[in-house]
Amino acid sequence: MEKFITLTSTVVPLPIENVDTDQIIPARFLKATNKDGFGDNLFADWRYNKDGSPKADFVLNNPKYKGTILVAGKNFGSGSSREHAAWAIDGYGFKVVVSSFFADIFRGNALNNGVLPVIVSTDFLAEIFASVNSNPEATLTIDLANQTVTNNANGKSESFEINSYKKECLVNGLDDIDYLLSKKDLIEAYEKTI
Amino acid sequence: MKTLFDKIWDAHVVSTVEDGPTQLYIDRHFCHEVTSPQAFNGLRERGLKVFRPEQTTMTADHNTPTINQEQPVSDPISRNQLDTFSKNAADFNMPLFFPLGHIKNGVVHIIGPENGFTHPGATIVCGDSHTSTHGAFGAIAFGIGTSEVEMVLATQCILQSRPKTMRITFNGKLGEGVTAKDLALYMISKLTTGGATGYFVEYAGEAIRNMSMEERMTVCNLSIEMGARGGLIAPDQTTFDYVNGREFAPKGAEWDKKLAYWKTLKTDEGATFDKELAFDAADIKPMITYGTNPGMGMGITESIPTLDQIDEAGRISYQKSLEYMGFEAGEKLEGKTIDYVFLGSCTNGRIEDFRVFANYVKGKKKADNVVAWLVPGSWMVEKQIREEGLYDILTEAGFSLRQPGCSACLAMNDDKVPAGKYAVSTSNRNFEGRQGPGARTILAGPLVAAAAAISGRITDPRN
Repeated sequence: MEKFITLTSTVVPLPIENVDTDQIIPARFLKATNKDGFGDNLFADWRYNKDGSPKADFVLNNPKYKGTILVAGKNFGSGSSREHAAWAIDGYGFKVVVSSFFADIFRGNALNNGVLPVIVSTDFLAEIFASVNSNPEATLTIDLANQTVTNNANGKSESFEINSYKKECLVNGLDDIDYLLSKKDLIEAYEKTI
Repeated sequence: MKTLFDKIWDAHVVSTVEDGPTQLYIDRHFCHEVTSPQAFNGLRERGLKVFRPEQTTMTADHNTPTINQEQPVSDPISRNQLDTFSKNAADFNMPLFFPLGHIKNGVVHIIGPENGFTHPGATIVCGDSHTSTHGAFGAIAFGIGTSEVEMVLATQCILQSRPKTMRITFNGKLGEGVTAKDLALYMISKLTTGGATGYFVEYAGEAIRNMSMEERMTVCNLSIEMGARGGLIAPDQTTFDYVNGREFAPKGAEWDKKLAYWKTLKTDEGATFDKELAFDAADIKPMITYGTNPGMGMGITESIPTLDQIDEAGRISYQKSLEYMGFEAGEKLEGKTIDYVFLGSCTNGRIEDFRVFANYVKGKKKADNVVAWLVPGSWMVEKQIREEGLYDILTEAGFSLRQPGCSACLAMNDDKVPAGKYAVSTSNRNFEGRQGPGARTILAGPLVAAAAAISGRITDPRN
């Protein structure tokens, strides 16, 4: 995994609530046996017409909005456990997803792929949407070390939660398997107690 | 004093990471073809073996056809995924591998319990969000991502933050014509799709106690649709009777020992939950959904909420949802013509669902305007349908059976509902495009589905 420290970027706003994993990556794209190429089909049914041409009214097809931070309405990533959703977001080039609420499994999958889910308050989220609406060049700064998110358009900051273990993993580019493999002796000891 | 959840969780803690997650031991891992190939690749890249192959059960279900399974799969990309699954099972010496065509093949959350892999008190995971189904046995069962599948294959453990606990009690009895699915859709409509996020839910109360294992599985299955990490029900005689004698259930002295332990698995009196909710089962009516998430449900005779009943922040999504469904705010759906009926999935693809459906359609005829897909959850269910004479009832009423698999629940195979068509579906998700691009899903229980299949319209099965 790539290391994550701080990031300042313009954002892609998606002010829709309950964006489920079937929208992030529809099931018919889950037939691959590797992790590559999912970014091309991120939000496929909102992004493309039947003939494969881009739908002009979808935000990913609007040249005004770009950047490595996706900002979405509450309860982002609900539904299926497919990690393909995190691979699609990562594959498209997003490093951070900001929302006021995330579904559990998606949140874990994102973290396991070095994509940082940042939970902000409902008001802070509404202000980001307002800032980007009035100026698509508005930026956010995500500071993982200090666990803060700053809306640079209005200068307001908020702190966000992440447990120190996961933070350490992101900062150092480590994953859970490395950790678990280092605990094999504990696992074998546990098995003897069953 | 501990909750049922606490007892099982605490018994599986290997270690706790400081200011971090718990290293949790996993008793049973279920594995399917769609969310596992990248995990096996990960093992190869790291030069690892599967740590405990006998604790993983593998079945192909998501990306499989439901006709002509005996012939080569026609879609080359799907075929490659299935071949990869077989290769992974062979390369890693996996002893419990049930590929397409195997007598034990079927939907992962159906073949697990019916073969006796699912036990009370166990920790169970699978790269599938509906793993919560197994909680019906008094197990901690939840869906995981592919990175976590790799962790379990490599170490039989995962790292998890301890969820909060919630108890939802259903007092009293369900009314005539009201199924476990209706109870679940009612609950999700009250809690919304994020209402239980961060929680593990214990279901309790008379209405739950009265349920068969199949019904309990339907309720626990849908826990994820209100965001819960999982749902579970304390095991009782109904549970023990179901498990006893199944092929992979404990036997002899081992059974006696396990049974004694399983009988201790209930929430202690006075134990506290982070949240408690209670509903009156008698308030629940046959349910349908009208929108594009499972929380958008209502009684079959009710009207779709009007815009002023929706929070301001949610109105854009609400309007988008109704527009997709082709419905108007305030509209009644009873009597509306539908095009497809789907009976099946890990939610309602068990034998009891087929009994309910067959019992309703007995002596009636399928409506001409309806395409009905009846997909047993497993070959074992299919066999039982024939043995119990349900097959003949269904055939006489104009229905046919397809072969087992996830099918139109997520439409990864050819079982896709065409754009703009309405499907009354016993599955678990009505998301946009879930049953095919542009497909419009109305979630319901097997009884409402049967009534719709006969009348060709949304029909209250109590009439």
